[in-house]
Amino acid sequence: MTPPLEWYLIFSAALFTIGLVGVLVRRHVLVIFMSVELMLNACNVALVAFGRHLDTLTGQNFVVFVVTVAAAEAAVGLGIILALARHKDTVDVGEMDILKQ
Amino acid sequence: MELHSLLFLAFAAVALIAAVLVLLSRNPVHSVLFMLLTFVNVAAMFVLLQAEFIAVIQILVYSGAILVLFLFVVMLLAGGERPLPVLNQPLQARAAVIVGLVLVSELALVVLTSTVGGGRRGPDSPERIAAVGGNIEALGRQLYTTWLLPFEIASVLLLVAAVGAIYLAKEDL
Repeated sequence: MTPPLEWYLIFSAALFTIGLVGVLVRRHVLVIFMSVELMLNACNVALVAFGRHLDTLTGQNFVVFVVTVAAAEAAVGLGIILALARHKDTVDVGEMDILKQ
Repeated sequence: MELHSLLFLAFAAVALIAAVLVLLSRNPVHSVLFMLLTFVNVAAMFVLLQAEFIAVIQILVYSGAILVLFLFVVMLLAGGERPLPVLNQPLQARAAVIVGLVLVSELALVVLTSTVGGGRRGPDSPERIAAVGGNIEALGRQLYTTWLLPFEIASVLLLVAAVGAIYLAKEDL
């Protein structure tokens, strides 16, 4: 017998919340980006757990696409971070305000 | 308590502790390594859920590709002269922790008080998957029939992302 669905969902909720708090709490732009990846991963856990519980592979298919989008997002996002860091010479999101003026 | 639940609790505990340490470590390299620990434990959880292919791409794509990309960027960024404070302004950090606690208790309340997963059963029971030849065969069959169009769009998305990343990383942007 496997652990019940609720355990997986609560784990997923906790992981998602840690990612959310990370986005709000940290100033380092890379750690904020990592927290976004954590949130995506938490969603994957919920999708696979629901799929397993309801006897369907649709959840796993969704996870394949979520991982694809996460990879694309990481590539573009890290490119933007590199360009920003080269432009402003800082990794503090508080100082990245060039759209403010 | 049987083996499966014990394994789940162990993986969940290590993953959550490592995720918290991602946020708390001062050095971004340590953050990336703790994130690796989280991802490997989530992959183990996918194996418990009998999603072997997802576990493999979790290790290959997340731990293998994305985190190595993160490590490269951490090393490319100088990090600035002044050491950055780990946390945001005290007010915002405190508010964020409160928001997080409220959110996780809300989600747990919803999960525990409602009848989650009481819907109609799908066609892919473990016996059916075993009859097709295993998780990877069953998943591949669906991915290349039902989900063929999203699959092709995802490949175009990856191509666009690769071109965009190369353009963004050029010196003279």
